[in-house]
Amino acid sequence: MELAFYIAGVVAVISTFLMLTRLNVVHALLYLIVSLLAVAVVFYTLGAPFVAALEVIVYAGAIMVLFVFVVMMLNLGKQGVEMEKQWLTPGIWTGPVLLAGILIIEVLYLVRVGTASLPTGAVEPKEVGIALFGPYLIGVELASMLLLAGLVGAYHLGFRKDEKQEIQHGRDTYERRATASGNSVLARTDRLARTP
Amino acid sequence: MLVRRDLIVVLMSLEVMLNAAGLAFVVAGARWHQADGQVVFLFILAMAAAEVAVGLALVMQIYRRFKSLDVDALSEMRG
Repeated sequence: MELAFYIAGVVAVISTFLMLTRLNVVHALLYLIVSLLAVAVVFYTLGAPFVAALEVIVYAGAIMVLFVFVVMMLNLGKQGVEMEKQWLTPGIWTGPVLLAGILIIEVLYLVRVGTASLPTGAVEPKEVGIALFGPYLIGVELASMLLLAGLVGAYHLGFRKDEKQEIQHGRDTYERRATASGNSVLARTDRLARTP
Repeated sequence: MLVRRDLIVVLMSLEVMLNAAGLAFVVAGARWHQADGQVVFLFILAMAAAEVAVGLALVMQIYRRFKSLDVDALSEMRG
């Protein structure tokens, strides 16, 4: 049981170090996902299965998908396709797959051993729930408000400004320049062209 | 000194640091058999989710405006 903890810890440290030293963002993302999964296994061996499941679902599932989404969104087109071909050469994914394979073997072993492998006095999810909705209720409410603020903020920041506005702004500055330079004909024709 | 200059890598490193703090809380909770450590980890999880949503939205705005994710491209504060 302690051996499983140490193996998972070593995998977490190695994958995090490799993540920090990768120069390519996608390679770093692969190692970061392995690192989060390793930390989840560490949580399980420490006797916190609920937190381990949340780590996999929320961190490795939701947050990493957001990262992958943004990385893939920022390079579109032919160039992006070629870059993806370069990213997914066999030399790239063998490292993360090896580390993830170690973790899978470990998890299979832990599942086979069953709950007997959990350390004595492990904190059960029930206790966590009672503490969460008992003395920490105000914290839960604050976390929900924080998530709402994050949602509204992300929506506001991610909003693509209407491109018509920018075109309008460009036309206005063009017209203002034409008026300022005394070319009234140009300014008037431009204004006439804009009025329906 | 900041070595990595990519904004997305900066955000990923932030995730690693938050994860390390949460790991410390869970280990302490397991050591003294208290549920508090796991509760605090849940709060850290919620905070990390909100932070990464806003951070990635900011990254997309920055890329749209500067056509670059280099931290040095943002060093000039002009309007």
